[in-house]
Amino acid sequence: MKTQKISAWIAVFFGASYFIIPLIATFEFSLRMRRGEYSFDAYRSVFSDVQFRESFSYSIVMAILTIVFGVLLVVPTAYWVRLRLPQMRPVVEFITLMPLVIPAIVIVFGYLRIYNSSSYIPFTGSARGTDLLLMFSFMTLSLPYMYRSVDTAMRTIDVGTLTEAAQSLGASWPTIMFKCIFPNVMSGVLSGAFITFAIVIGEFTMPSLLNRPAFGPYLQLIGANRAYEPPALAVIAFAITWGCMILLQLVSRFSKSAPAKP
Amino acid sequence: MSFLELSGIQKSFGPVQVVKDFDMTIEKGEFVSFLGPSGCGKTTILRMIAGFETPSAGTVLINGRNQNELKPNQRNIGMVFQAYALFPNMTVHDNVAFGLKIAGMDKSAVDARVKEMLGLIHLDHLADRYPYQMSGGQQQRVALARALAPKPQVLLLDEPLSALDAKIRVSLREEIRQIQQQLGITTVFVTHDQEEALSISDRIVVMNAGRADQIGTPFDIYNKPATRFVASFVGTLNLIEAKVVDPATNRIIIGDQQITLREPLGSSAKAGDKVSLALRPEAGSIAEGAKGDTALTGAVVSSNFLGSVIRTRMKVGDAVISFDMFNAPGLMPPAVSEIATLRFTASDLLIIRE
Repeated sequence: MKTQKISAWIAVFFGASYFIIPLIATFEFSLRMRRGEYSFDAYRSVFSDVQFRESFSYSIVMAILTIVFGVLLVVPTAYWVRLRLPQMRPVVEFITLMPLVIPAIVIVFGYLRIYNSSSYIPFTGSARGTDLLLMFSFMTLSLPYMYRSVDTAMRTIDVGTLTEAAQSLGASWPTIMFKCIFPNVMSGVLSGAFITFAIVIGEFTMPSLLNRPAFGPYLQLIGANRAYEPPALAVIAFAITWGCMILLQLVSRFSKSAPAKP
Repeated sequence: MSFLELSGIQKSFGPVQVVKDFDMTIEKGEFVSFLGPSGCGKTTILRMIAGFETPSAGTVLINGRNQNELKPNQRNIGMVFQAYALFPNMTVHDNVAFGLKIAGMDKSAVDARVKEMLGLIHLDHLADRYPYQMSGGQQQRVALARALAPKPQVLLLDEPLSALDAKIRVSLREEIRQIQQQLGITTVFVTHDQEEALSISDRIVVMNAGRADQIGTPFDIYNKPATRFVASFVGTLNLIEAKVVDPATNRIIIGDQQITLREPLGSSAKAGDKVSLALRPEAGSIAEGAKGDTALTGAVVSSNFLGSVIRTRMKVGDAVISFDMFNAPGLMPPAVSEIATLRFTASDLLIIRE
C-alpha cells in the first residue's frame, strides 16, 4: 500500500516536472535581461511598450464583447433547444463542435472570401467592420466550450417547469429569460466566459489574417524579434490563463454550494 | 353561467387523440379533482386550462371570457406543479413575491402580501431560506403560496403531492383543502390517487382514455360507479358475472344461487342475458349475526389478517368474492375451504351497465 503511494507520488512528480521545469527555465531566462543579475527588466520593457498595452487592451475589449454577444447567442439557443426543439439537439451540438474540427485558418479564409470589401456584406471594408467580423470569429471559436458549459448548467434545472411556473405568474419571455433562466445557469455562463477570455487573448490566426492589432499577433511579433521579452510575455500569458482557470474552479466550487435543482 | 366552462374540448398529439369531446362546468369556489390512470388526458386538460397546450377543438371559458386566444401569462391562473418549480436562485420571499412584482405592485404592498401568504402556509419564519434549504413538503407549500399570492381566478394543482412521502401527503392535502375553502378559490386538482381525490374534492371527474367516464361527488363516484372502469379504478371492488333469471322480478343467478336485485334490470333485459354486478368488499360480512337481506354461500379460498381488517376471499360459482370485516376480539378468521355465508344488503349490489 505504502509502496503504491510512493510510486504514485513519483509519477506525479515526473509528470509535473515535465511541465514545471521548462516553465521555471522560461521564467528564469526572462529575469536575465540585465547582465550578471536577476531583474524584472524584461517585464518592465513589456509593460512599457505601447504596442503591448494597445494590443492587450484591444484583446480584452474583444474578449468582453465576444463574451457578451456569445452569451446572448448561446443562452437563448440552448434554452430554446431544451424547451421547444429537443429533436434539434444533435444538430445544434454538431454545429457547435464544428470549430474544433475545422482549422481557424480555413474559417478565416472563408470569411475573407465571403465578407471581403467587394462582397455584398463587406465586413473587411472598414476597421470597425473587421473588428465585428473578428468578434464573430472569436464567438465561433469559443462556441464548443460556451455551448457545452451553458447546456450542462441548464441540465441541472427543470427548464420546462420553471418556464411554465413563471408564465403562470404572468412573466413575459424577457422576464423568464433574465430573472429565471440566466441566474440559474450563471455558473455555466461564467465557465464559458473564462474559457472564451483565454481563447481570445491567445488567438493568433484570426486577428493576424484579418490584420487586427490583437495580443496574439503581438506575442508572435515579439517572439520573432526580441530575446528576453518573449519569455516574459509567455509567463504573463500563462498567468492570465491560470488566473482564468482559478476563477473557473472558484465558480464551479461556488456553484456546488449554490442552489441548483428545484 | 358557470365560472369555468370546458366545451367540446379535444386534443390530439399527431395521430393520437388524448382528449375526446370533453365538456364540463365548474362553479366558483368549487374544488374539482380529475382522477384517472396515467395517459388518460387529465393533465392535458389542466394544461389547456393553464394555456400551456392549445385545444385542437373546443373552448375554455373563465368567468364568461374565452381563454383560447390568451397566452398563459395573460390568464391569471395559479398553478402548482408536481416538481415544486420554485426558482432556485430566489429566496422563499422572492419566490412568493415574483408574481406580485410582475403585476406591478409597489414594494410595501408586495411585502405585506408575501407576509400574509407565508402566514397562511405557516412558513413566515423561513422567508429568507432558499428552496434547496427546505424539505419537499415545505417547498410545495411555498409553491402554493406563490401561486395564490397574485389572487388568481383559478388554482390548478398538477399532482402536487405525488413527490412527497405518505405522511406529508395526508397533512398537506388537508392543508390545501382548508386554504382553498378559506379563500373560496375555484380549484382544479389532478391526481391518480383515488384516496386524495375522494378526501378533498367537491366533485370528481373520473377520466378514462380521454373521456370523462363519470362526474360526481366523491360519495356518488364511490357508491354508484357509472361504468365498469370507474367501479374498478375507484376503490377495491368485486366484479361478479351473473345471468338474468326473471327480469320482471329482478331475479338473477350467480353460480347456482338465485338472488333478487334491488336495482331494476331494465326493460331490455331478457332471461338468460349476462349481467355484470359490483360489490364493495366492505359491503358484506360472514360474521355471526351479520345483517343483510341477501346471502351467498361459498367456500373460503383465502383469509388474510391485515390488522384492522380481515380480508377474506370466497368462491361462489365461478366468481371469487373478496370482502373485508373489521377485526374484533372474538372474531376468528375463517379457515380455508370452510363453507361460509356472506350477507349483504341487496341495494349494495350494483349493476354495471357499460
